[in-house]
Amino acid sequence: MLSLFDFAPIWLTLRLAAVTTLLLLLVGTPLAWWLARTKSWLKGPVGAVVALPLVLPPTVIGFYLLVALGPQGTLGQLTQALGLGTLPFTFAGLVVGSVLYSLPFVVQPIQNAFESLGERPMEAAAALRAGPWDSFFTVAVPLAKPGFLTAIILGFAHTVGEFGVVLMIGGNIPGQTRVVSVQIYDHVEAMEYAQAHWLAGGMLLFSFLMLLALYGSGRRTQRAGS
Amino acid sequence: MSGISARFSLALGEFRLDAGFEAPGRGVTALFGPSGSGKTTLLRCLAGLERAPDSYLEVNGEIWQDDSKGIYLPTHRRPLGYVFQEASLFPHLDVRRNLEYGWKRIPATQRRVGFDQAVELVGIGQLLDRDPARLSGGERQRVAIARALLVSPDLLLMDEPLAALDLASKRDILPYLERLHDELSIPVLYVSHSPDEVARLADYMVLMEKGKTIASGPIHEMLTRLDLPLAHGDEAGVVVDTVIGEHDQAFHLSRLDFSGGSISVAQQPYALGHAMRLRIHARDVSLALERHGDSSILNILPARVVEIAEENPAQVMLKLDAGGIPLLARITRKSCALLELRPGMAVFAQVKSVALLG
Repeated sequence: MLSLFDFAPIWLTLRLAAVTTLLLLLVGTPLAWWLARTKSWLKGPVGAVVALPLVLPPTVIGFYLLVALGPQGTLGQLTQALGLGTLPFTFAGLVVGSVLYSLPFVVQPIQNAFESLGERPMEAAAALRAGPWDSFFTVAVPLAKPGFLTAIILGFAHTVGEFGVVLMIGGNIPGQTRVVSVQIYDHVEAMEYAQAHWLAGGMLLFSFLMLLALYGSGRRTQRAGS
Repeated sequence: MSGISARFSLALGEFRLDAGFEAPGRGVTALFGPSGSGKTTLLRCLAGLERAPDSYLEVNGEIWQDDSKGIYLPTHRRPLGYVFQEASLFPHLDVRRNLEYGWKRIPATQRRVGFDQAVELVGIGQLLDRDPARLSGGERQRVAIARALLVSPDLLLMDEPLAALDLASKRDILPYLERLHDELSIPVLYVSHSPDEVARLADYMVLMEKGKTIASGPIHEMLTRLDLPLAHGDEAGVVVDTVIGEHDQAFHLSRLDFSGGSISVAQQPYALGHAMRLRIHARDVSLALERHGDSSILNILPARVVEIAEENPAQVMLKLDAGGIPLLARITRKSCALLELRPGMAVFAQVKSVALLG
């Protein structure tokens, strides 16, 4: 049975994933647009930085964030000066870590979708009196919808599934930073295999359903497009 | 001031555009030249889709671009319509919403082309609720033309709108382009490398070669200038604008009149006074010094030799003047020598066949 005790981490995890996904869309969409259209030499370096979380161990990201956001870190001193205190071991800290960690999962699908549009739809819109913002929201975004759906699903699911970054920067504070993956780790440490099974099984099912939604919808759009 | 005045220079890798032309502010002006001569690039510069530095563009008195004064209107601020080679409809919008896209973005007081008028003009009333994916190539291009008209443009730019279509769709769409020409007073710049399309649609022509505009002028003159490539080769010929003057019920012929005389063709299903454009190929015109009564050729026009140019060792091209209308005749060099043809001589042009362009 899922004891009452276990609902807090689930709720926290969902909240973290939702906030993170929302922020990622706000940050990742302009970044993806820029990456898709720029001819600047910065495209390569920026693209590589965005992709770093794909290859780095989460502990490395967590470690650097911990240092940077800590009381002695530059970002930590900035947040303190702004009256926000220090972010490690808070929900806000978790959000910052998750945004960085899941960035490529949101930016890349949107970037690919924008790139596959080509210049033509935007040119057609401009010749129909739509300014850059207008054509972005009325042409580029609707046409890139499949990319946005993929980005939302991957961004959300990947945030739900993270462990290393959370442990490094969030620690294990019940109700604040103890997410499901950490909770499972705790259960196993405490030899509470039954609870671990419930949560782990739930995660497995959730992840599978998310990916099913993704690949199922991908097949449908492909067919509609052919 | 009415008219288009343009000067553009742009380097794109190996290619260099160095174009300048003046064109009338009404009717259809063809940007004509072989593939790779820079027609599309020039059109994109006119639209502001390509940013050409140190350039100048004035359309009917409005400056769209003058880099010497720091004036540059981005595409969405230029009062133009643009029809791409591929229709480029928005796939996420149905036909009606595609048409409304530009229409909604101009103030109601500036709309000179009505929604229903544009729909009717290109015959797409039945298609309004369809998705672009479910249209044929010709239908898609007609929607694209209506969509461009609905921004009530001061200048309509068309980039080979028929090039991506099959022959049947081309035939399907040409009459609509002619209606556009006849019924709306919007000046059109029409990119094409097809002599037939140009002969059918254009009033004025800008000729391009290797990124440069090498000549421009009214279509009748351009097609008959012996110093230009257009007046040479198998396809060389003239266009003649005529009106139906008489129907001969007995022989089922129609007489088409123009200032240089008249031409009889198989009877046409139009009323007297209906305007028709003809194409007369140089290869279909032969010359005689006297009017022969004993020939099966019906159409014989009195003319005067203006200019003679060697076409190849066996043939010469003659430019003729038939009552102010230029004609071309391609004959053998031997015939030219036997008839002792010289500029200024009076001759009779025997027209073996004409093509009706509608």
